[in-house]
Amino acid sequence: MNEEILRIQHLSKNFGNHEVLKDIDFTVKKGDVTTIIGASGSGKSTLLRCINLLETPTTGNIYFHNQDVTARGVKAAEYRSRVGMVFQSFNLFDNMNVLENCMIGQEKVLKRSGAEAHQNALKYLSRVGMAEYVNARPRQLSGGQKQRVAIARALAMNPEILLFDEPTSALDPEMVGEVLDVMTDLAKEGMTMLVVTHEMAFAREVSSEIVFMHNGVICEQGTPDTLFEHPEKQETKDFLARFRRG
Amino acid sequence: MERFTQLSVDIAKTWSKYSSMYLQGIANTLILALVATAIGCLIGFLCGALTTIPTSKHDSRVKRFFLGLIRVIVRIYVEVFRGTPMILQAVFIYYGLPYFTNNSVQFGNKWAVAILVVSINTGAYMAESVRGGIFSVDRGQTEGAMAIGMTHWQTMLHVVLPQALRNIMPQIGNNYIINVKDTSVMFIIGFADFFSMHKSIAGASYAYFPSATIEMAGYLCMTLLASFLLRFLEKKMDGKSDYELVQKDPLTQTAGTYSINKRDLVNPNKEEEGLRG
Repeated sequence: MNEEILRIQHLSKNFGNHEVLKDIDFTVKKGDVTTIIGASGSGKSTLLRCINLLETPTTGNIYFHNQDVTARGVKAAEYRSRVGMVFQSFNLFDNMNVLENCMIGQEKVLKRSGAEAHQNALKYLSRVGMAEYVNARPRQLSGGQKQRVAIARALAMNPEILLFDEPTSALDPEMVGEVLDVMTDLAKEGMTMLVVTHEMAFAREVSSEIVFMHNGVICEQGTPDTLFEHPEKQETKDFLARFRRG
Repeated sequence: MERFTQLSVDIAKTWSKYSSMYLQGIANTLILALVATAIGCLIGFLCGALTTIPTSKHDSRVKRFFLGLIRVIVRIYVEVFRGTPMILQAVFIYYGLPYFTNNSVQFGNKWAVAILVVSINTGAYMAESVRGGIFSVDRGQTEGAMAIGMTHWQTMLHVVLPQALRNIMPQIGNNYIINVKDTSVMFIIGFADFFSMHKSIAGASYAYFPSATIEMAGYLCMTLLASFLLRFLEKKMDGKSDYELVQKDPLTQTAGTYSINKRDLVNPNKEEEGLRG
């Protein structure tokens, strides 16, 4: 039994009167690749943003290594430095080149030396195939390249879990592959990942667990085989049917 | 035509006699405008960073109270100094201190008063410009920084403010040019700027119009030079439009072997093209 990294309990999020997430419960163990699927507006991204405390949950608790990070007095910045996040719109720092993007967090947050940060940044940039582009600025890169740099930036912090918020949704179709390849490799190497995506083939192939969300609740949850082959709920069947047709 | 010839002669005469005073005035004006704009920018950035500290419901009451207080103070500062004439602010501070201390404390140094007044005045305008500059930086930049664990101050210092600075360079230039001209009101406290030289010289020589012409040309030269330098600086800040590929190092492994092979079949040069596009 692997060690539990993240446990979400009774998490809800309201925007005004609009209830986006209702009583969410699930856990992520070390080495898990959990994929959250569901229609647009079902609350997938909000859930991921709550987990990283980019949104403050309305009620409920998030336990990271059994410590409640929603409690008072917990330093959100310190917690975030241990939880990597990859965004749909990349969010690379436009005022820095590729190398600086991957070094700044290591130096300023983890207080690593320049040489160590440099070496570590290069290591992860090589892994995503972007080591040649250290001098480039984000605006000079294609979407797929930006996303690979963003993954390297997150990895350079040596996080314990990586959150992916629709990492391929803003990419041109021909660039989706290069990002999914990097993610697949990471999963194979045992990285703990929580992925929100519309890439059903990827979800099915790579995930250890699938969470299907519908209208702000976890509607169904299970291994890829069970969920894709033998979904129990009607909502899940309907959702998957739409993908099969398309 | 005759008048123009006469004017040229008068200008030449006035300049040859008083050129050192004019040049001294120009130097003083430029230094005051430059220093005060720089300090004003710092005040503006500080106000911008202070008023954007995020609050959450987990913060203690004391912290929320102080953050609220800071916002109110910044707001009052901006409204008061943006809403009153700089010439009056100079008078108010220069004569106010001796008034309140019964003449026991006075400003011995006119430079200090001039820099103080122009700086806090510029700061009030810059606070608003910086606020706009911070809004202009995509929210994703802040989230990207927060996601790797940066604190508010680290995010501001390393990510948001450098980009805000680039975005508000035109306003900073505006403020600098306004300061070059508007520091002329500092004659009210006897500061020896370019305009005050005109008052002294015209008073001594009765060459009002020739001296005014010199002043006009002088101010225009100063502001044109500033515009030119600012454009140059903005270009510099944008950096090079191209970049150099680092030679493939032996450690590099292409992560996406699958997609790269697939792409190679279609068009072997495609990746190269995409990079420069």
